[in-house]
Amino acid sequence: MTADRLKIPASLDAKAKIEFLAKKTIAMARREVDPFVDIPSRTLSNVTFSKRKKIIEMGDATQRRSLFNLNQARKYMQTLLVARGCTQLLDEQKTTSIRDLYYMSKHTLADGKENTFEGQEESDPIIEDLEVTLGALREELHLFAAKRGSVVGPLTLVDAGDVIDLSRMGSGGWSVPGIVEPDTIRFVGHGAEFILLVEKEAVWARLNEDKFWKRHKCILVTGQGQPPRGVRRLLYRMVNELNLPLYVFVDNDPWGYYIHSVVKQGSIGLAFESKRMAVPKARFIGLSSFDPGAYDLSEDVSIRLNDQDRSRAKEILNYDWFKAKPWQREIRNMLRAGVKWELEALSSKGLSFVTEEFLPKKIADRDWI
Amino acid sequence: MARVTAETLSRKQREISVSEFFAKNRHLLGFDSLRKALLTTVKEAVDNSLDACEEAGILPEIRVELEAARGANRYLVRVTDNGPGIVPEQAPRIFGQLLYGSKFHSLKQSRGQQGIGISAAAMYGQLTTGKPVSVESRTGPEAPAYAMQVMIDTNTNKPKAIGRRNLPDWHLDHGTLVEVELEAKYLKGRQSVEEFLHQVAVANPHVTLHYRSPNGDTDSWARTVERNPTAPREIKPHPHGVELGVLMKMLQSSRHKTVTQFLSRDFSRISPQLAGGLAKRAGIKAKARPNTVARQAADALYKAINDSKTRIRPPSTDCLSPIGVQELLAGLTRGVRAEFYGVETRKPAVYRGNPFQVEVGLAWGGDLAGDELAKVLRFANRVPLQYYAGSCCITKAVMDVSWRTYGLTQSRGALPSGPLIVLVHLASVWVPFSSESKVAVADYDEIRKEIKLAVQTCGRRLGQYVKRKARARSEARRREVFNLYIDEVVNSVEAITGKEQKLFRERLLAISRRKTELAGMLEEAKGAAGEDLETCENVLVVDPDAAPPAADAAVAAPANGKDGPPEDEAPDEVLPAEGLEPLDDLPPPLPTEPERDPGSQLELV
Repeated sequence: MTADRLKIPASLDAKAKIEFLAKKTIAMARREVDPFVDIPSRTLSNVTFSKRKKIIEMGDATQRRSLFNLNQARKYMQTLLVARGCTQLLDEQKTTSIRDLYYMSKHTLADGKENTFEGQEESDPIIEDLEVTLGALREELHLFAAKRGSVVGPLTLVDAGDVIDLSRMGSGGWSVPGIVEPDTIRFVGHGAEFILLVEKEAVWARLNEDKFWKRHKCILVTGQGQPPRGVRRLLYRMVNELNLPLYVFVDNDPWGYYIHSVVKQGSIGLAFESKRMAVPKARFIGLSSFDPGAYDLSEDVSIRLNDQDRSRAKEILNYDWFKAKPWQREIRNMLRAGVKWELEALSSKGLSFVTEEFLPKKIADRDWI
Repeated sequence: MARVTAETLSRKQREISVSEFFAKNRHLLGFDSLRKALLTTVKEAVDNSLDACEEAGILPEIRVELEAARGANRYLVRVTDNGPGIVPEQAPRIFGQLLYGSKFHSLKQSRGQQGIGISAAAMYGQLTTGKPVSVESRTGPEAPAYAMQVMIDTNTNKPKAIGRRNLPDWHLDHGTLVEVELEAKYLKGRQSVEEFLHQVAVANPHVTLHYRSPNGDTDSWARTVERNPTAPREIKPHPHGVELGVLMKMLQSSRHKTVTQFLSRDFSRISPQLAGGLAKRAGIKAKARPNTVARQAADALYKAINDSKTRIRPPSTDCLSPIGVQELLAGLTRGVRAEFYGVETRKPAVYRGNPFQVEVGLAWGGDLAGDELAKVLRFANRVPLQYYAGSCCITKAVMDVSWRTYGLTQSRGALPSGPLIVLVHLASVWVPFSSESKVAVADYDEIRKEIKLAVQTCGRRLGQYVKRKARARSEARRREVFNLYIDEVVNSVEAITGKEQKLFRERLLAISRRKTELAGMLEEAKGAAGEDLETCENVLVVDPDAAPPAADAAVAAPANGKDGPPEDEAPDEVLPAEGLEPLDDLPPPLPTEPERDPGSQLELV
């Protein structure tokens, strides 16, 4: 007795989608069918790399979650609780953090022992489940994650009605909100020639202090590590709406490669959002495993690869979107050298080496992947 | 200094022999500690009484009373039965002559195998306190009751009746009272008199027992089976069951004229033809007189009998008297308050020419302690074995079984743990005890295997029950979880749709009911390989929720080797048989003698 897959029409808005889900649930009970939701799988086996679109796309595989299955009952109940919380936000026209939603949905069950959620780590994955199930972005559900990331540069935008000149942001920059959809953020004008995403906030601060963005006419962005969704969505919009090239500047290690990869092709977990966030034209400007040789960096500032680095490097070598020759060459070269380099290693050549010599020469030489 | 004569010397030797006999054989006879002496005395008297009653076809009613006597470590043991009584002329021999009778010329399943019995207890009492054993008895309503004391003359080793007199107003129509004063120590707990009587009550549901401890605490077990066990038949020894020494003794004492007659008439399963063949192979003339067969020739005969080429049919097994399935259930339910009872009686089998039969009973749950090792109750011919459990074949066989299969926990090489009692009864014309002390069964493969098989059969049924219980619990839990979450789901859907969803809630609850039942049925189907416990006559389940409270809890008595109930809770009266609820399932008792009031009949003065 397998019921047909539960599909939620893409044409509906977020609120209508949740209502659709609720009504389907009632209908299932009426037909004496064990209520369920079909959740698209967010796993490596259910993503494909589209060679044509150059992004990671989610496949069709779904996992069924039923109320009357002892192993799934709790998660099913939580899924509906999160849906209910989102309806409330949509009804009240409020936007809140995923942490807030956790508190909104958390209470003790009738038996007085169990809680609906025992921690935020239990509610966060349920939110992502609901996003993919409904085919609605987190922003559409009026949710955002803790904001992270900063921008400076010759760009003027309107943020929630305030006109902001990003060239007059001092040392801290403009912090990127969790939601950067056009109804909140609108670009007014710019004088930039490219966008530079820097992995490390310290390096971003260094570049800002040197007014690198002013001299080289660029928009300087950091995501403080793996960029959050707000930063990725902002990068996507800037590249596509302002028609600017994007350079990604990360540590030379498997984690740096992957940060660039997520920005460029999307991630496995959020593959359903690739088409709204991935920037296939993004360029990896460094650090490359060949840079230390080319720029004569001292071995003193390298770090030996550990086991985790090696196994992660071998893992990404096998991803379809790392199969391109330059990438295989790049990663194998790092493994051969047996060392990794942090962006800060460039400072060993002088504090302004990165702004005065390294980046200008890399861009001028078109030395990127 | 007087000259030592042969006469004085021999008298002295005899004097020494009686006291020395005890000094040297205390441990064999069960008098090696003060505590054990008390138990052995009670045990011998009770065994005697039970054997006498059953042989006479009387349903036994036994009263055991212990009293502290004057002096340190002195006790009086008084055991009264309603047996056939003893004619006055025989009493001295029964109570005063050691090693009375020998058993190797015929075999019969009986309690006492030692042939030492009560006379050893009487002698122990006399040696430690100087007091003779007191006897009162009556053989029937027409005969006068009498009282006498039996003293053992240590000079002649002969019993002597003292102070015989008639008792005009004796309280029983027939029966015997024996009273021994002895040096002993009274302690409760494991290996106590209480434990012994409790186990007797379990293995002998046809016996009514009354007990009074030295502290004045009383206990009673009313019979729950109105029928004596079938009397066991005597059989001649099977040739495979005798050892060389016994064979030689039998040759010496045979009343038959020729060796072939001796073989075919003093043994079972030897035809005259086979007897001739055996004699020939041993190099003995067929016409030779048995008592002329020399040691070497006897050895040759022994080898011929046990040669692998010699074919001798196994002994007949209809000489055994097992407790029986219903009787065992009746005994367990009156002695142990459990939730599940399962019993199994194996078909008779043979070890070394000796027929034997194994019976097993399990009691699980209920009032039994759940966090301890299972308790093994061992019986040989209905007599509890209370010592040397570790070296006993029965204990080993119980440990051999993998109890985890039946849903219990068990460490390697240990007894299972849980609220469990395992009763094992070995009935045999010749129980192979591991030592002279007769408290542990020797480890014979055939016996161990039979015990294991019987325990496994019971264990399977227990496992089925335990698993079914666990299933019922998990079904209830599953439904609870679903219903808990249904609340949240309905509330969420109501909030999303902005409408009350009463019908939706009802439907979900209906699905929950159906789903949990279905899950239960599926699991039931998986476990359905076993037999139907409801109709299995070897199983009795006492619904723990339906059990009557208080009333018969008192009958449970000193179970688990723990101390009896506190004094103020001890029952003062004999409980009527109706109080024993779980026995409703048993077949109606056989019609028997007109109802007697046990209380008034055995009233002691």
